[in-house]
Amino acid sequence: MTAPALFPGGGGADDQQQPPPPRRSRTGYLLLLPGTLWLLLFFMVPLVTLVSTSLYDPAGTLETGYQLTFAFGNYVDAIDDYATEFTRSLLYGGLATLFALLLGYPLAYAIAFRAGRWKYVMLLLVIAPFFTSFLIRTLSWKMLLADQGVIVEVLRFLHILGDDGRLLATAPAVVLGLTYNFLPFMVLPLYASLDKIDVRLIEAAGDLYASPPQAFRRVTLPLSMPGVVAGTLLTFIPAAGDYINVELLGTPQQTMIGNRIQSLFGAGSYPAAAALSVTLMLLILAMVMLYIRRAGTDELL
Amino acid sequence: MTATLVRAGRWVTGHLVMFVALLVLLYMFLPIMVVVLMSFDDTADVAYQFNGFTLANWSDPCSSYGMCDAVAKSLQIGLLATVGATLLGTLMAFAMARHHFRGRSIANVGIFLPMASPEIVMGSSLLALFVSAGFAGQLGFATILIAHIMFCLSFVVVAVKARLSGMDNGLEQAAMDLYANEWQTFWRVTFPLVFPGIVGAALLAFSLSFDDYIITNLVAGQSQTFPMYVWGVSRREIPPQINVIGTAMLLVSILVVVMAEVVRRGRNRA
Repeated sequence: MTAPALFPGGGGADDQQQPPPPRRSRTGYLLLLPGTLWLLLFFMVPLVTLVSTSLYDPAGTLETGYQLTFAFGNYVDAIDDYATEFTRSLLYGGLATLFALLLGYPLAYAIAFRAGRWKYVMLLLVIAPFFTSFLIRTLSWKMLLADQGVIVEVLRFLHILGDDGRLLATAPAVVLGLTYNFLPFMVLPLYASLDKIDVRLIEAAGDLYASPPQAFRRVTLPLSMPGVVAGTLLTFIPAAGDYINVELLGTPQQTMIGNRIQSLFGAGSYPAAAALSVTLMLLILAMVMLYIRRAGTDELL
Repeated sequence: MTATLVRAGRWVTGHLVMFVALLVLLYMFLPIMVVVLMSFDDTADVAYQFNGFTLANWSDPCSSYGMCDAVAKSLQIGLLATVGATLLGTLMAFAMARHHFRGRSIANVGIFLPMASPEIVMGSSLLALFVSAGFAGQLGFATILIAHIMFCLSFVVVAVKARLSGMDNGLEQAAMDLYANEWQTFWRVTFPLVFPGIVGAALLAFSLSFDDYIITNLVAGQSQTFPMYVWGVSRREIPPQINVIGTAMLLVSILVVVMAEVVRRGRNRA
């Protein structure tokens, strides 16, 4: 089973516990070289190109070519025109992350502490959705949430939804889809850090007259914080940039920033699309920095 | 009295947590049940509803025009990307876990960054690079492959590195004490111990590659992978055959996991 090892929370923490054996040689650099080159060439250089593309003259086209005119106006336009979409992306991404945490924590907790010999079966069940195409699974939600579907019928019967209330093509459907899609990215790091906790610490809290809720709040929860931080980041970042769920489960009224970037690239408006993309990246980076600072887990990186 | 209460309280919380966990698992599995069910649906329709039972989709999945070509392309790209990413990533993981070098924290951040970037940003920046390098007309198989190796790489490094740092150095020390040289120690002791981690990383890389839509769509040009095919039909009448592929993928991967587990147990017993 590799699942518990997939997202051990960035990796920085492991290094502190287990310093690598002192082998200072050229081998290290040689081993690192090919992968590093690949990441430099196809991750870092493209990011730089993206930034420079975002400063091209917006009048350029694929045929006439683009000119770097340091058109910072692209950013002003991007933020002016698409402020709603940016807000919506952060809001939906944030809500999906919150729900994923509320759903994922009990699941990860149960796998780590209560599953006994079913531990690996449950872990396998958590990663099993990865094995079917996520587009097909998102399409399945389209069927499950349909107006004639069981879920809508039940909710109408319970008067949670009005008689003509619907789920498909609404904001809740989009948030539900986002939560669903990125839930495993929440559960795996949570599990990894819960599983590392020495159970004797929790028992000791009980011996010292902590009630189970107290022991959870004062011992288990703080010790699982690296998993919470890693899980929320791995959920929030892709969720905020997603446009699949809006397209399949929402309507144009729920348009997120990912949809705009995608359609602008499709239409060949590279400078505007690049400006949006860079802004999204910066927004997310700023939020992540702020969050890591607040959560006090600088060692995550 | 209080002890009984505490114990009762523990029983309730213990089972409550498990109950909630099972509900969450149900939430995760509802759509998969739909995928399996819809693979037996007999009509393609826009509303995507179950119309009637048939085995025809299973006996002839390629009857949906163009789908099998897309699946074949995804398989090719998936296999090549897996080989590339696993190779580069494993080397990097060894460097990170077993060697001292300068700039290690920069390397850590560099490996973490692709996992922390939204796909749409990675895809659009790659497209910006290809366009400004004059490859706008040559987008296709090669550019998809480059992109896939790039985004799978970090996940491979993290998975293999986790396996390496969880490993007991004592066994390697023992091999050295027994006069194995570094090369022998590596191939006889280290590599077999890390191998399951590498296989896991490769499986992860393959599933990431096979399933990717957002990045692929930006750099694919005229090529069509399976997720792109699904996206294309999702606006029209959705052919139930896509669910045959979805179900088959699930079955194959469960089979692989079960086989790996059987092999592992057999080896442990021997």
